[in-house]
Amino acid sequence: MEPIRKIAGGVSDLDRADVDTDQIIPKQFLKRIERSGFGEFLFFDWAKEPGWSLPANPILTAGRNFGCGSSREHAPWALEDYGFRAIVAPSFGDIFYMNSTKIGLLPVVLAEADVRALAAAGVGEIDLEAQEVRFDGRTVAFEIDPELRHRLLGGLDDIALALQQEAAIAAY
Amino acid sequence: MAKTMLDKIWEAHEVAQGLLYIDLHVVHEVTSPQAFESLRLAGRRVRRPDRTLATADHNVPTDGTPRAAQIKDELSRVQVQTLERNCAEFGVPVYSVGSDRQGICHVIGPELGVTQPGMTIVCGDSHTSTHGAFGALASGIGTSEVEHVLATQCLAQTKPHSMRIRYDGAAGFGVSAKDLILATIGQMGVAGAVGHAVEYSGPAIEALSMEGRMTLCNMTIEGGGRAGMVTPDDTTFEWFESVQRPGAPSGTELEEAIARWRGLASDDGAVFDRELVVDAGTVSPQVTWGTNPGMVVGVNGSVPAPESFENPVDREAAERALHYMGLEPGTPIQGLKVDRVFIGSCTNSRIGDLRAAAAVVKGRRVAGNVSAMVVPGSHQVSAQAESEGLDEVFRAAGFDWRTAGCSMCLGMNPDILAPGERCASTSNRNFEGRQGRGGRTHLVSPEMAAAAAIAGEFVDIRDWS
Repeated sequence: MEPIRKIAGGVSDLDRADVDTDQIIPKQFLKRIERSGFGEFLFFDWAKEPGWSLPANPILTAGRNFGCGSSREHAPWALEDYGFRAIVAPSFGDIFYMNSTKIGLLPVVLAEADVRALAAAGVGEIDLEAQEVRFDGRTVAFEIDPELRHRLLGGLDDIALALQQEAAIAAY
Repeated sequence: MAKTMLDKIWEAHEVAQGLLYIDLHVVHEVTSPQAFESLRLAGRRVRRPDRTLATADHNVPTDGTPRAAQIKDELSRVQVQTLERNCAEFGVPVYSVGSDRQGICHVIGPELGVTQPGMTIVCGDSHTSTHGAFGALASGIGTSEVEHVLATQCLAQTKPHSMRIRYDGAAGFGVSAKDLILATIGQMGVAGAVGHAVEYSGPAIEALSMEGRMTLCNMTIEGGGRAGMVTPDDTTFEWFESVQRPGAPSGTELEEAIARWRGLASDDGAVFDRELVVDAGTVSPQVTWGTNPGMVVGVNGSVPAPESFENPVDREAAERALHYMGLEPGTPIQGLKVDRVFIGSCTNSRIGDLRAAAAVVKGRRVAGNVSAMVVPGSHQVSAQAESEGLDEVFRAAGFDWRTAGCSMCLGMNPDILAPGERCASTSNRNFEGRQGRGGRTHLVSPEMAAAAAIAGEFVDIRDWS
């Protein structure tokens, strides 16, 4: 996993609530046994709707409870493969949130009004070290678990970290 | 200080700060291949194959295909064969296609007796919360975490917040565990329990069978919860006492285990971060009308108008859902015609579910406009049902009797809805396209699904004599 410090650039917006991982990547694409190449199937059914537009930008803004439902890590894989580096939403499905952090796709929780303002700005910068999102001359702070932040900043391998506790695991 | 059941299980498994030991890891064909591949590339082994169990369920055809090599769909075949090969290479026990222990991961864990009170359990599937019915801490994980658990038998976790949902009163006639959980999600919303481990309590929960408790805990994730739990009690212990389960202790070992398990209950005076009260006595049989499980109404109700939602986000979601579902506001649920009926999934495919549905179906015929199927949750459930003649009851009524798998819950195998088809389904998700692109899913209990198959439309099971 690559270390994350700042993610800056254009913002794509998907202003829908409770977007489930079945929409992000439908089941017919879960049969592949590789990790890569899911981007072209992102929002496969919705992308056929008239007026659908979701350019590949570094930042995606979305509605509340983004990524609810199925635990498929294929959802963050598809978003990352498509080109997104961070997702900003008022809240996330728990499993999706964790899965995203495992592959270096940064989930950022901001208040609904701030998410909408960032979407309207169309361009922004996320500073993980400072825990801030900057857009339109504004700076908005966000919360993230300190341990998680440490891992993302360092691009650390979770398994290697856990195995540093070898003695404790073996004793257990 | 008084502790919750969550506190007790958490503390008993915390190897180091934020690192939880995992007692049972269930693996299936869809979310594991990339994890095994990474393990191989890193030169790592599976740390505790004896604490790991694999099955093929998500992808498998339900037409009695006897071996993985005979699965017609090439991608599915490769995925199941990859699971078999990975399990052979890493020494993980696997119940694949053709095994008499094969079945849905959340059905076979309890069936084998490897799901036990007080355990930490994970699986690369969001419905792992099912196992919490036994008083275990059970959560769905992603593929990176599957790899992590395979390699270390541990999982880096932040402790969830605690939430108690207390049910006042008793569930009425015709009201099942499925109705209780659907009504609960309707009340709190699909993100109502995000970040929380939910403990279900109250007389209506104590009165549920283990199967009912599994249905309840199964759908915890549909309310956003990280885990669902029920306090182990005599009903729980009977699960292990009444049948010798291959993965469970027996004799004095079982007695000792039960004595330990009795200590898991939350202490009197334990404080939960959140509390919710549901009036079980007022819950009626539930039917979803929209595209998430929180969009639900009692069978005597009607499709709501988007304008009835105060929050503009909810209003917009309702408009979208009604458009997708092909429904008009104000349409009564009763009388709404269905094209398909699916009885199955990790939510409602156990022997008790099939018995309940068969009791409704017995001596009747599936309506002419309906195509109906029953997919048992496991090979063992199927064998038990057949020994009781339930398969004949279903077949005689015109149901298609299938072999075990996840089937039309997620439509990864050939069992899918055609665009526009309306389905009464005992599964757990009515998301857009979940059961097939353009398919319209209404979540209900097994009894309600069976009655809809016979009537050709939704009816109130309480009027069914």
